[in-house]
Amino acid sequence: MSNLEDLYREIILDHYRSPRNRGELPTPPAHQVEGFNPLCGDEITVYIDVSDGVLQDIKIAGHGCSISQSSASLMSAAVKGKPVSDVHATIDSFKRLMTVHESQLDDQVEPEPVDLRKLGELAALQGVVKFPVRIKCATLAWNTLTQGLSELNA
Amino acid sequence: MSSYDAQRVRADVPLLRRVIDGHPITYLDSASTALTPRPVIEAMSRYYETRHANVHRGVYTTAEEATASYEGARVAAGVFINARHPAQEIVFTKNTTESFNLLAKSWGRANLTSSDAIVLSEMEHHANLIPWFQLRDEIGFSIRFLPVGEDFRLDLGPLDQLLAGAKLLSVSAMSNVLGTINPVATLSAAAHAAGALIAVDAAQSVAHGVTDVQETDVDFLCFSAHKMMGPTGIGVFYAKRDIIANMPPFLGGGGMIADVRLDGYTPATGVERFEAGTPMIAEAVGLHAALRYLDNLGMSAIAEHERALTADALGRLRERFDGRVRVIGPADVHLRGGVLSLDVAGVHPHDVAQVLDQHGVCVRPGHHCAKPLMRRFDLPATARASFGAYSLTTDTDVLLDGLDHVLELFG
Repeated sequence: MSNLEDLYREIILDHYRSPRNRGELPTPPAHQVEGFNPLCGDEITVYIDVSDGVLQDIKIAGHGCSISQSSASLMSAAVKGKPVSDVHATIDSFKRLMTVHESQLDDQVEPEPVDLRKLGELAALQGVVKFPVRIKCATLAWNTLTQGLSELNA
Repeated sequence: MSSYDAQRVRADVPLLRRVIDGHPITYLDSASTALTPRPVIEAMSRYYETRHANVHRGVYTTAEEATASYEGARVAAGVFINARHPAQEIVFTKNTTESFNLLAKSWGRANLTSSDAIVLSEMEHHANLIPWFQLRDEIGFSIRFLPVGEDFRLDLGPLDQLLAGAKLLSVSAMSNVLGTINPVATLSAAAHAAGALIAVDAAQSVAHGVTDVQETDVDFLCFSAHKMMGPTGIGVFYAKRDIIANMPPFLGGGGMIADVRLDGYTPATGVERFEAGTPMIAEAVGLHAALRYLDNLGMSAIAEHERALTADALGRLRERFDGRVRVIGPADVHLRGGVLSLDVAGVHPHDVAQVLDQHGVCVRPGHHCAKPLMRRFDLPATARASFGAYSLTTDTDVLLDGLDHVLELFG
């Protein structure tokens, strides 16, 4: 059974109330990319500063629900200052976290386990998969970041 | 109204017996779609079980019966909105959106040129925006917008100026976001005085009060069956007989022709030239049953019932939440219908709706397909609660308790 406590963990509410890395970066040198969730009107702008193969800085602007905002905040904290290859690995793990529940449901494929310890605070978002409509909220910032990195060929 | 019995309507709607996570369902999303009463469901089943056949083709008994049912629904839809010539002024479409596409792509394309103008309003649903944008991008005409004031009502001040030289005024009778009921008769008179026609989006209004196209002298009217306790998949397009007679066909295919040769075709002369292909026959039967159902309840009685519910809800929201829950729309219940767009201080509508769902409460978060209006009031989204003929003040009780929980969790 899904309940609200699974969705609105304390860490999530904390990141929603006090978002990390909120703001803008001057472009250039930073790269700016926008993401939309047309279903609920969420809009996000991700600013990334990539040099020497490292995501030197990241800022998030825009508005959205607690899930999209906290996910963006958690993401920014997890990837800031990390080598781009690590960032891609974190993105992959997070996206797997967001799909793992469906694989478990059909009981056919044994899903590749996501190391929750490696995800750190991001693991707080795992409850979102029990609320399928909200998965789009949680992945908005991540898809936007992925797009930004690919635009930079990083 | 004492004689109006919402409990009886409730008993007719099977879905209201659903239990969600241990909570009886509290359905407050009738502005999206109204729940279906058993007589409508049964009419459609009975049709499939006893007389399903294709219309306008066979000469056998069930085919004749199916045709009579379909055409009977057309007349009933016309009578419901007091069309002068019901059999010749009603076209069945898929929904309100398709009705507006028919209007734009048939009447619009035949009558608008690059030097023309039409007038819409800032509070329109995308259904009454996008078809016009598409047509404008194709042939190039100007689109003017009647503004919405700070009081959430249409600002009629610039109306005459906007209408000068315009060919059409196309506006909603009731906003699906603000609940605002627009003065259709006044708008119609102004449009006609300026030499323009008037189209009305009645999707929100048609199930919540009397619609009379003759009294308001409306030229075009669009609405959907599913918002009036009928089935999904069928909508209505009304146009005055003299106007519809000169409109070119919309979609092409079977059933809409008088003759087809290898070098071309001649369209049918009646409303069937707008209904290509096998139409939604069972849905027309369902719509007919819904119209009968609403007629039995009485549209004025429904309007009065919902007005009382709205007044009660507005008052209690004000008292209990003291500004922390704002209703985006007129405060005066005589200017609005039972659509309550809620802005809960500091809480995103998506979260509001999620918490309410845990109480079995169905409200709709989002921009409600009216993005320009949301921008106008600088809102990304609202959580919208809306009443129907089966709603009760106990629904509002559950909503208010749920909102307490929202504020507790996020406040």
